[in-house]
Amino acid sequence: MSAAAPVARSQTDMTALVLTAFTATSCIGRGRLEMLTKLKEEHTGLARCAFESVDLDTHVGEVSGVDAVRLPDGLREFACRNNRLALLGLGQDGFTEAVAQSVSRWGRRRVGVFIGTSTSGILETELAYRHRDPVSGALPDGFQYRGTHNSFSLAAFVRQLLQLEGPAAVVCSACSSSAKVFGTARRMIAAGLIDAAVVGGVDSLCLTTLYGFHSLQLVSPTPCRPFDVARDGISIGEAAAFALLEPLPASLDADAVMLLGVGESSDAYHMSAPHPEGRGARAAMLQALASADLEPTAIDYINLHGTGTPSNDSAESRAVAAVLGASVPGSSTKGATGHTLGAAGALEAVICALAMQHGFMPGGLNTTQIDPALGIRYLRENRRGRLARVMSNSFGFGGSNCSLVFGQAG
Amino acid sequence: MRQLAPLTVYLDGIGLLGPGIGDWPSGALVLTGASPYVPQPTVLPTPGALPAAERRRTGSIVKLALAVGFEATSRAGVDPATLPSVFCSSGADGQNCHEICEVLASSERQLSPTRFHNSVHNAAAGYWGIATGATPPSSALCAFDASFAAGLLEALVQVVVDRTAVLLIAYDASYPQPLHAKRPIADAFAVALVLAPEARAASSARLTATFTDASTDRIPEPQIEALRSSIPAARCLPLLRRLARRETGCAVIDYLDTQRLAVEVVPC
Repeated sequence: MSAAAPVARSQTDMTALVLTAFTATSCIGRGRLEMLTKLKEEHTGLARCAFESVDLDTHVGEVSGVDAVRLPDGLREFACRNNRLALLGLGQDGFTEAVAQSVSRWGRRRVGVFIGTSTSGILETELAYRHRDPVSGALPDGFQYRGTHNSFSLAAFVRQLLQLEGPAAVVCSACSSSAKVFGTARRMIAAGLIDAAVVGGVDSLCLTTLYGFHSLQLVSPTPCRPFDVARDGISIGEAAAFALLEPLPASLDADAVMLLGVGESSDAYHMSAPHPEGRGARAAMLQALASADLEPTAIDYINLHGTGTPSNDSAESRAVAAVLGASVPGSSTKGATGHTLGAAGALEAVICALAMQHGFMPGGLNTTQIDPALGIRYLRENRRGRLARVMSNSFGFGGSNCSLVFGQAG
Repeated sequence: MRQLAPLTVYLDGIGLLGPGIGDWPSGALVLTGASPYVPQPTVLPTPGALPAAERRRTGSIVKLALAVGFEATSRAGVDPATLPSVFCSSGADGQNCHEICEVLASSERQLSPTRFHNSVHNAAAGYWGIATGATPPSSALCAFDASFAAGLLEALVQVVVDRTAVLLIAYDASYPQPLHAKRPIADAFAVALVLAPEARAASSARLTATFTDASTDRIPEPQIEALRSSIPAARCLPLLRRLARRETGCAVIDYLDTQRLAVEVVPC
């Protein structure tokens, strides 16, 4: 294996930020308490796919009750599964109220919105294509491109719902999207353009990703088994996860969770396969450590990208072993939640925060025989232990990599 | 409230491609009024830098983004492999999206793997990495009609905070029908800017951006104004017009409903 990649760039004026509030909703629960309970019970939310008219032999992590969510009057143009899931997620754990308090501290224009998604409301377009005018081919009159299909619809919806007027963008780099939003928000705060940011990720089930990953032969017929010797692909999930990032206050609660480091890189290798030695993953992890000003030994647990494809887990294990060594405990929580694609970075950031606050490392579910070729310490069962610093990896198509480092104050 | 840092950068290179505009010099002649603007369908070059296997798989959106990226880095005299990049687009590959939706609405639902991986919003960024070998970070953003300003803001912040040169590539192309009727983007248009933290020999202007409540600058020439308003990436044109004319002054460009971006241009 070649020498560790050089750190890509310096990051100045980057102080730690606090996650004033955070929440997640996925197939293992609405909000932190339900998610925590299922994680502690080692309960997977994956089930045989019964989504829409999908006829694939696969398991998915579907959030129940999304279609029943009603958008507020005045925001109906945003009606699609993705924004319903966003609203469901924002309603948990007092998140909306925490954002309102942040607005009262800083002002509406000083709170940014940076959210990740890979497919936004494309399901609406997929359905609309079934109802084209038989003569003209036109889409139905009620189809709302801007509020549903366009990637930005997610950030526009969140911004209007929370009545924010600061800078906003959707980060849309496939499965690294909602990890990279932490980097964008951190830079904007460091530049003084904003004082706080709502970051997060929302991705929802749709036919494009289910049939698309199937076409690449990357979907498992069974619940995904990351790092298993017989792993054979992903299980697709959906989630909405959010965090409110703010500068560190004068005093912090002992269990407050901080964003300490962000590392980003590009593979420059292939559109849909990782560099086999995890070159880009390594660079992202090294950069995340450098920006947190931490040694590799400071990391107590790593939440792996761990999709369950042969190539991801192989490349990622090489990168982890090269950067953190072979003894750092790690696991993928995608056996519980599925791979939530553009929401994975934010969802797994919330899982890391819960793990630190509640002193446990979530075991990787569904994996029965760890692949001996992947020389890292993969946890199959929950383990208790104090976690002061954790890392989370997210890698996406197009060779887009992002690693985050979180820490606890106390 | 914390002090707002000035978002000041230096512009080292421009790439441009659009309807009737083949590159930055020809676009600059149109924007100064030295040449008449003759709208014609955008002509997309073949991305010679990509390996043959990848080249066969790319659609118009990748050809568009790569063409302006290579033009801007060449004019700046920088190795594209060394630059972090920010890609921004309202809709990425609309033709590819249409074909996926058609297949998914059929009884077969047999997607091609290439079509699927080309559907990601960051496909152009991925192909750029493969073509150039650039391993620094790359961001892919969307902000509907504000996509150019959102990308510019992200690039400016990276230059100022990380003290690194950054390549910005903003690009949009048309959807075919029936999506075109719902999202009418007139033609393909792309712009690339190489932005750096300090002045170099290649620097042509100093840019400083601030938020403003002022309304967006329109282009006095009706046909160029029509171009500006009909393609999200072309919302850059008030800024490019000042750069082409080497005028000191402020260009106000479209951003969000709550504010615009004012870019002060000082030629150097």
